[in-house]
Amino acid sequence: MTLKTELKDIFTKNLRTSGIYIAFVLIVVLFTIMTDGLLLSPINLTNIILQYSYVLILALGMIMVIVAGHIDLSVGSLVALTGAVSAVLVIKTGAPWWVGILAAVAVGALCGVWQGFWVAYVGIPAFIVTLAGMLLFRGLTYEVLNNVSLSPFPGEYQQVAGGFLNGLLGGYGFDMFTVLIGVVAVAGLVWSQYSTRRGRVKFGQDVESMAMFIAKNALSAIVILWFFWQISISRGMPIVLMILGVLVIAYHVLTTRTVFGRHIYAIGGNLSAARLSGVNVKKVNFWIFINMGMLAGVAGAVFSSRSNGAQPGAGNMFELDAIAACFIGGASTTGGVGRVTGAIVGGLVMAVLSNGMQLMGVGASAQQIVKGLVLLLAVAFDIYNKRRAGEAS
Amino acid sequence: MDSTILQMQDITKTFPGVKALDGVNLSVREGEIHAICGENGAGKSTLMKVLSGVYPHGSYDGKILFNGQELKASSIKDSEAEGIVIIHQELALVPYLSVAENLFLGNETKRRGLIDWQEANQRAAKLLARVGLAESPVTPVGQLGVGKQQLVEIAKALNKDVKLLILDEPTAALNDDDSEHLLHLLRELREQGITCIIISHKLGEIEDIANNTTIIRDGQTVESLDMADPKSTQSRIIQGMVGRALSARYPDREPNIGQVVFEVRDWSVHHPTQHERIVVNKASLDVRAGEIVGIAGLMGAGRTELAMSIFGHSYGRGISGTVLMDGRPVDTSTVGKAIKAGIAYVSEDRKKFGLNLLEDIRVNTTAAGLGKISSRGFVNGNKEIQIAEHYRKSMRIKAPSVLAKTGNLSGGNQQKVVLGKWLHTAPELLILDEPTRGIDVGAKYEIYTIINELAASGKAVLVISSELPELLGICDRIYTLAYGRMTGQLPKSEATQERLMELMTIEKEIVR
Repeated sequence: MTLKTELKDIFTKNLRTSGIYIAFVLIVVLFTIMTDGLLLSPINLTNIILQYSYVLILALGMIMVIVAGHIDLSVGSLVALTGAVSAVLVIKTGAPWWVGILAAVAVGALCGVWQGFWVAYVGIPAFIVTLAGMLLFRGLTYEVLNNVSLSPFPGEYQQVAGGFLNGLLGGYGFDMFTVLIGVVAVAGLVWSQYSTRRGRVKFGQDVESMAMFIAKNALSAIVILWFFWQISISRGMPIVLMILGVLVIAYHVLTTRTVFGRHIYAIGGNLSAARLSGVNVKKVNFWIFINMGMLAGVAGAVFSSRSNGAQPGAGNMFELDAIAACFIGGASTTGGVGRVTGAIVGGLVMAVLSNGMQLMGVGASAQQIVKGLVLLLAVAFDIYNKRRAGEAS
Repeated sequence: MDSTILQMQDITKTFPGVKALDGVNLSVREGEIHAICGENGAGKSTLMKVLSGVYPHGSYDGKILFNGQELKASSIKDSEAEGIVIIHQELALVPYLSVAENLFLGNETKRRGLIDWQEANQRAAKLLARVGLAESPVTPVGQLGVGKQQLVEIAKALNKDVKLLILDEPTAALNDDDSEHLLHLLRELREQGITCIIISHKLGEIEDIANNTTIIRDGQTVESLDMADPKSTQSRIIQGMVGRALSARYPDREPNIGQVVFEVRDWSVHHPTQHERIVVNKASLDVRAGEIVGIAGLMGAGRTELAMSIFGHSYGRGISGTVLMDGRPVDTSTVGKAIKAGIAYVSEDRKKFGLNLLEDIRVNTTAAGLGKISSRGFVNGNKEIQIAEHYRKSMRIKAPSVLAKTGNLSGGNQQKVVLGKWLHTAPELLILDEPTRGIDVGAKYEIYTIINELAASGKAVLVISSELPELLGICDRIYTLAYGRMTGQLPKSEATQERLMELMTIEKEIVR
């Protein structure tokens, strides 16, 4: 295959997977122009990370839930509940900051056990179980907080979502540590891509041409390095970006390289076939929900840290942001299809849309209208592509 | 009678990258039954979709003349208005609606905007009488068997004043009785002047019923045979379909049979929802190493139920009995345990139970044996490709690479992927449930060859099939199952279709 046909394929045959990346670039370019470059300014890039990290964390768990053919409507309430538990422990009883965070994750996991039990072992559709959970956890949040907000958190706790790892390796007008992380990220990406490619070549599989491979990786490298450079000349490395980065890598590996990940795709792709292949469907479903609960706990800790307190109404509609991120990122509404990277880019699309419109001074009402339409179009586009692929076969 | 009702001229239909039909010609006389034969993927279904307006006029090249006038259908509705009705392989009935509601769906008798149920039910009863179906019009369709549902579909077509009825594999899912009834009905309809196009893999049926047969291969018309000509035999049709004369439909094999590997004793299974109903009643059987053993039985005899209940208790409740591998009792109560015990089950419906059609060959091949290529929960990607590639080559799966999606493969190749998947688990016993269903003649031969190779390598093979010639062609020994009971077993030398059929219809006492 030549570079030219490969490039053509990106916009034709492979549009279903590449579409989200193209759309993301278009949206970024559009808002950069409309905000006179403000969108990509160092300070704003840092802000986007701080502001939307919780959606991306939730999307990591949600993509697994959706790929397995379920849905989770309760994560918004669970973010509120876990944040509230943490706040009560840290602010009211004066427990150390890390106890609060561990408690948030533990409570999230416990709620995941609860929901996983009903979905996996009793066989109630996740839509119903998590709709019940949405009400249940919200009610519990009010109980835990006695209907009042709690704030402020001590300084360490605020660092989780608002802190920076600065000057670890010195600053020279830019933060050395941040730049180093960027370089490591690029090296890791290129190495993993290269080793996959080498494996495929070794066993006689078709791979993209070397030119395409280099072009793709060079482009990714430039974007990543530029991004880290931008934040290094602003406020440095946000702690929450470190958390997010580790989680993204961990979940990418979990979904693509492990038996557990394979089983999730098998269940979503064909439940009966998975069962007859010896997949312990109940157990896998159970753990998917425990995992979602834990990540909601992480997001709860991050969000409470960012908002410097716990409110009974926190996390409202977060579940919809996370679900939208997955579907915009190419997940199938019927399960079996979806990628961690897609969900992250989908989440970033939502983040850039919100942030860009805020910079332009667009009102909250118009923002919701635009986000709703984008979600609808993304899924319509996916279905159109699926149909086109179906006709071709 | 001798006028031509349908002329399809030079039909060419291309999909992105594929030429599905390449200048197909088809000419059907009024009041005949016209069969269309061809291997899977030859373009039969595409041709019928062109004719019935699923692919609208303009999306294909060529000309369709119906009753002497050019047909330019832009939807199914248009072609139905002309009297062309297609009945697809997957029936399009709503299970929770009654027979009458289904018959008039989209075509309801209305009086001032309201449906007159009295009249509808009366008309439905008349239509049902015409197709010889003795069911009340208010019965929910879901309660009827597949054979009866098919008749409801035909009644629905009759209601639309059908002139040309197209049936896509109408008897594929039917047992012999229901098939016979359906073919009888088609003859009756022919006498009433209704023209019929039938797509079928069952050549005996075609020989029996068709006036003319058109053979399609690789998107082109090969020939049209007049079935009244004594030279138009089954093997003549097969020759046209595969483009070569098949010397034998079953590959030769020299059996090399060893010790008993697998044994089932007194296996009983109850129905999953109706607990008092016994589906399999004290069945016992054994299979030796290197032996191919068949299970023959009519639809509903409990063949699949027997196999699936053995394989991880995947069917039924209140299961009792013993499974022995190499003489030792083994626990097969979950699929995982059954696989570990060395049992593999290739289901009768590969799309529903065998494959994840969204994924590629590689992922499907290793789906049941991921443990063998992973350590500490991590899948070894390189090993996985190596194994998938190994089975792609040894099974002769026609696909550009193991990264090709299984959903895009033909039926025969999909079945090979499923076989590869189960071979990867290194089983001692393979249970093959309808291994060649919906697969074209050429690919069937390849599947038989693979089965023979498996037996030759010392595996025990248990084959379940509705096609008696198939069992007679490949098995060393055949068990018969009737109403959940084992009614006998015949070695290859003694087995004939007649003797098997006798054993398959023994009622003894009907167990309820």
